[in-house]
Amino acid sequence: MLVLEKNEMTKEIEQLVNKYGFSRSSLLPILQDIQRKHKAVPDFAQQEVARLLDIHPVEVYSVVSFYSFFNTKQKGKNLVRLCQTITCDLAGKKSVARALEREIGIKFGETTKDNKITLEYVNCLGMCDQGPALLVNERVYSKVTPEKAVQILSEIK
Amino acid sequence: MESKEKLRAPISQKPHVVEKPKDPSYIGGTISIEINEKKLSVPLGTTILEACKEYGIHVPTLCYHEDLCMAGVCRVCVVEVEGMRTLQASCAFPITAPIKIKTSTPMVRKARRHIIDLMLSEHSGECYSCIRNSNCELQKLAKEYGVDHYTFGHVDKPRYEVDNSSYSVIRDMSKCVLCKRCVRTCIDLQEVGVLESLDRGRETHIGTFLDKPLSDVICINCGQCINRCPTAALRANDPSDEIWNAIDDPNKHVVIQTAPSPRAAIGEEFGLPAGTSMTRQMNTALKRIGFDRVFDTNTTADLTIIEEGTELVIRLYKALVKKEQVSLPQFTSCSPGWVKYLEHYYPEYIDNLSSAKSPQQMFGALIKTFYAEKTGIDPANIVSVAVMPCSAKKFECNRPEMNDSGYKDVDYGLTTRELAQMIKEAGIHLPEMPKGDFDSPFGEASGAGLIFGATGGVMEAAIRSIVEFVTGKKAEDVFEKANIIPLRGFDGIKYMEIPIGNEVGTVPDILKHLVPDWNWLKGATLKVAVAHGTANAKKIMDDIKAGGKFSECHFIEFMACPGGCLGGGGQPIPTTPEIRKKRAQAIYAEDESLVVRKSHENPYVIRLYEEFLKEGPCGHKSHKLLHTHYIKRGRYIA
Repeated sequence: MLVLEKNEMTKEIEQLVNKYGFSRSSLLPILQDIQRKHKAVPDFAQQEVARLLDIHPVEVYSVVSFYSFFNTKQKGKNLVRLCQTITCDLAGKKSVARALEREIGIKFGETTKDNKITLEYVNCLGMCDQGPALLVNERVYSKVTPEKAVQILSEIK
Repeated sequence: MESKEKLRAPISQKPHVVEKPKDPSYIGGTISIEINEKKLSVPLGTTILEACKEYGIHVPTLCYHEDLCMAGVCRVCVVEVEGMRTLQASCAFPITAPIKIKTSTPMVRKARRHIIDLMLSEHSGECYSCIRNSNCELQKLAKEYGVDHYTFGHVDKPRYEVDNSSYSVIRDMSKCVLCKRCVRTCIDLQEVGVLESLDRGRETHIGTFLDKPLSDVICINCGQCINRCPTAALRANDPSDEIWNAIDDPNKHVVIQTAPSPRAAIGEEFGLPAGTSMTRQMNTALKRIGFDRVFDTNTTADLTIIEEGTELVIRLYKALVKKEQVSLPQFTSCSPGWVKYLEHYYPEYIDNLSSAKSPQQMFGALIKTFYAEKTGIDPANIVSVAVMPCSAKKFECNRPEMNDSGYKDVDYGLTTRELAQMIKEAGIHLPEMPKGDFDSPFGEASGAGLIFGATGGVMEAAIRSIVEFVTGKKAEDVFEKANIIPLRGFDGIKYMEIPIGNEVGTVPDILKHLVPDWNWLKGATLKVAVAHGTANAKKIMDDIKAGGKFSECHFIEFMACPGGCLGGGGQPIPTTPEIRKKRAQAIYAEDESLVVRKSHENPYVIRLYEEFLKEGPCGHKSHKLLHTHYIKRGRYIA
């Protein structure tokens, strides 16, 4: 990271800390804001959050590694996440998965070469009665069929 | 040690801590309970585990450790509480109401057995090829519960790669049982913050920031985690194979220096009670193993006092008389864990660190110069080993700047545990050894050097000398038996003021070239402080940063480990508050039994200045050999 970028990041985190407070419980909202803006929680940001909340970087990393919606490495601009838990599986997750892979041209866990889309599995989205469930960025789609999946993709492409 | 409640533990890690009443005789202060149908009464807030222990009922534990805050994660200590649907972890259950407890029912036994079986199913490796064989808490539990087969299978391949990047600590996470003792040690007890549990569910493992190797993160190598680990997931980097090779090589002259703390603790490895001093027996055993010379690190501890004390005098003289800008308070630099902690977390205070090397490194530099000259042995053929209570000393002797003799000053740092292993391997039972002496030309050391092993010891040794130097009075006349009691004991932070008074003595010859007289110290008050454990060091540093009471101190002793060196990461396992106390008693008792108890009266140190370091303390030669510099490492990891 360049020094300028680092300074920018520090300023941003200072603002977030002021917004949410200096207690340990502010950690999650702060990380969520960073994740939303940068599509990742970079190493440097984790260390700055730790410094400002007076905890250790490894404690921040422990939280980041625990939750699958946080990532340390930059992912694609759009995140396409398919629920992989049992009810969605029974409701036809597999065919949706195949359609997604074919349409985007990558496998699950990969990012397109133009950095536009990352495709991955997630655990239960809480839509068990309306599976298969698909999460695109922050929007949930329920009862997804292979055709519907392709249509959803065309909206973000 | 301070009470556990004061540790900066996350609230989630201390569930239902109930404050115990100061006087249990108040109404509601004690609670009647039943353990296995035996009626008892206990103070409110006592945990079931404590109650059981008090009344002689053994409850197995694994994640519980006396030094650490409660976690209740391993569930081995479960008991049945009448009226509760599930079994309760006794270490994390404070008694607040009359309850009936059963510690050995079929349900309890089955649950404990299953928990042990589940841990064994993921615990890779075999006991006979393990460094903790016969001193492993998991092994002990398996034996206690009669495990004779693996109910849930057993992993045949290690899950993780061994991390042996560090000079001091090796991590083998395949042997980890996720008790999180190391996490609580690193984060709460030491406040260094290297280890945490990472990922989730069955992927959970203990790791560092970004899962980097230990050498790349802010590890201070204190080894406290090794001392708390119930299995061999964490162990010290053992150089004994190389040392055996050197001993067996007829061309190598192998010398060993022994620090004050190992001798007070090594007996524990041979079944002796804690606090049995083994100094003289160890000397004989080391000779029989094959070391050519055995020296006492206390000699250079005495030298450290002279060098560090002189440095303090120079700093004070510059500040008070010449009105120059100097960095005060001066910090001790004997503890390599503390030095690295400061380099990472408070690099702006690096000039406050005394430039004097630690006793180990001073000795290393002297052995390959002074000793080599005197005996005519080529320093290239000298192998210098140091027995230390410490794992950070392994890192210290590998610091690139520690080559002032022209060679690597100290070749290997050996911990107390590893030396005990070597003694056993040589077929020697230490307690049966006849008594032996230290070798010339360094000979015996003073009691001041000896008490370096306990927290407050460096400061006590320094004050004994400084008081005699400045006031001209005997230390015995100022402090009873020259024991400086306010600096002893296990309070996290100790503070003391020593008024110099209006009578000052004459400047001793050794310092004449530095200060003309002591008149500038008339009526002054020397303020000193002592901290042990980096969590306490952090408190003092933050106070200094804020301009508080400690920023007015002149001299502060810092030790990275709780209890000082005697509680070091290389000491026998287990180390508990009780054991630390006994080791300290052994050290102070031995100090009191010695004739020479002040560093500047050590005849060998006096001779060293006459024959070798002719320009006196902090002179050109001692600066080259006995002083060093530090690196501003900072807190960021690239």
